[in-house]
Amino acid sequence: MEKAARQPWLKPLVFAASLSPLLWLASRAVRGTLGPDPVAEVLNRLGLYAICLLFCSLACTPLQIVLGWTWPLRVRRMLGLFAFSYACLHFSTYLFVDQGLDFKGIGKDIVKRRFMTAGFAAWCALLPLAITSTKGWVRRLGYRRWKSLHRLAYVAGALACVHFVWRFKTALLQPLLFTAVLAVLLGVRLAARARAPSRQVSVPSESR
Amino acid sequence: MRVRSSEITPRSLYLRRREFLALGAAGAGALLLPRSGHAAAEAPHGRKLEGVKPGQPSTDEKKNSLEEITHYNNFYEFGTDKDDPARHASKLQTRPWTVKVEGECKSPKTFDVDDLLKFPLEERVYRLRCVEAWSMVIPWDGFPLAALLDKVQPTSRAKYVAFETAVQKENMPGVGGFGAIPFPYLEGLRIDEAMHPLTLLAVGIYGEELPKQDGAPIRLVVPWKYGFKSAKSLVRIRLQETQPPTTWSQYAGGSEYGFYANVNPDVDHPRWSQAKERRIGEFSRRKTLPFNGYADQVEKLYAGMDLRKFF
Repeated sequence: MEKAARQPWLKPLVFAASLSPLLWLASRAVRGTLGPDPVAEVLNRLGLYAICLLFCSLACTPLQIVLGWTWPLRVRRMLGLFAFSYACLHFSTYLFVDQGLDFKGIGKDIVKRRFMTAGFAAWCALLPLAITSTKGWVRRLGYRRWKSLHRLAYVAGALACVHFVWRFKTALLQPLLFTAVLAVLLGVRLAARARAPSRQVSVPSESR
Repeated sequence: MRVRSSEITPRSLYLRRREFLALGAAGAGALLLPRSGHAAAEAPHGRKLEGVKPGQPSTDEKKNSLEEITHYNNFYEFGTDKDDPARHASKLQTRPWTVKVEGECKSPKTFDVDDLLKFPLEERVYRLRCVEAWSMVIPWDGFPLAALLDKVQPTSRAKYVAFETAVQKENMPGVGGFGAIPFPYLEGLRIDEAMHPLTLLAVGIYGEELPKQDGAPIRLVVPWKYGFKSAKSLVRIRLQETQPPTTWSQYAGGSEYGFYANVNPDVDHPRWSQAKERRIGEFSRRKTLPFNGYADQVEKLYAGMDLRKFF
């Protein structure tokens, strides 16, 4: 198995890779190549990046289960925090730029429009995970409780997919692909768990 | 000459852009990166139209550029992304082209599109409000639909007008794909809406023949309704007694939008508010006006109708 010390490049590499879509978007903004509706383009791109990074973070454990890789686990927190950062940028673009902080309109959107409700709920599900992402919080909550809390990441992933699917009139191919990927990631975990019920060190009492 | 240089240049530009993007997209980021940039894109220029006179009403609001008008389109036959029509519509064959006008009329007729170009053309600068809450200001060149309908003499049974648009499966990558809406795309108007002087058949933009992605060679323009009512690339216009089925009012059990689809800030789309819109080229949203600002001209068509019910 690889050791962290042998891969000093791992975290910087993942950091740079996670940041690069944002830099690319910024460079397009500077060069004025975001197209005729730059606000919608930025909004949609940030949302897409958030989902992708969230899925990357959710893929870490399945990769370990299936391929035995442990290095993804070491960058899982970073990926999750990047996912949350992109989600925050996505949400802020909607709040500040798209809606211009028209709170009446925003409130109505979130309450009345189910795709908005799902998106907002996904962001809300990520919020406690970002807050409790530090080692201190793992200690404070205790590993089991911390771990069951962080299963919310799957809830956030599912809500993000719903947000994505409901947004479209037609042409659901891309959002449905994302949903399928999520199902596979979750399926791998469930299958692993079903196969080794005796090893359920990770199942805390409150979830059964 | 069929193939104009304007139809070739953008394509080669797109190809080069893709190469550039492919480089940047190496690795895991491939899926995340945009498939095209817009800055380098050249707006396609069509043949210049002769004898276009200024027409009324025309707004004096700032017009959107040809670049914007040709690179932000909904034309699902060529794909569902806004930049798909700009990339794929060059394949549309627009000659020979005929428009059949038939149904409840005394003298049904099939018009060659080049004869339609001989109608007295005028420029009308109209606001276009998309149901997706964005808008543009577009200088259309065309003639009132009423001028064409007069030629076929509608009978008293002509209560509605149905519009059918072109399907060229081999040239339209969006036709028949996964999750695609049914084609041909169908639209419809009530006869009084169709005969209204604001309702245009457009054959050009900015004094040049319509770019293909904007619905060449001839399209409908109904400025007080959401943009999807303004069907592109028309091949058949049918006068009839009953309200025709239309693509979006039938789609997904009618959950998208109704037959009338008048611009109305008070009636929300199922997934978003229609109270505001983003004018392409502007940053924050502006208020949407009832009937897209054409209430004075068209409100009386709907006197006594509950527009929340007939949306």
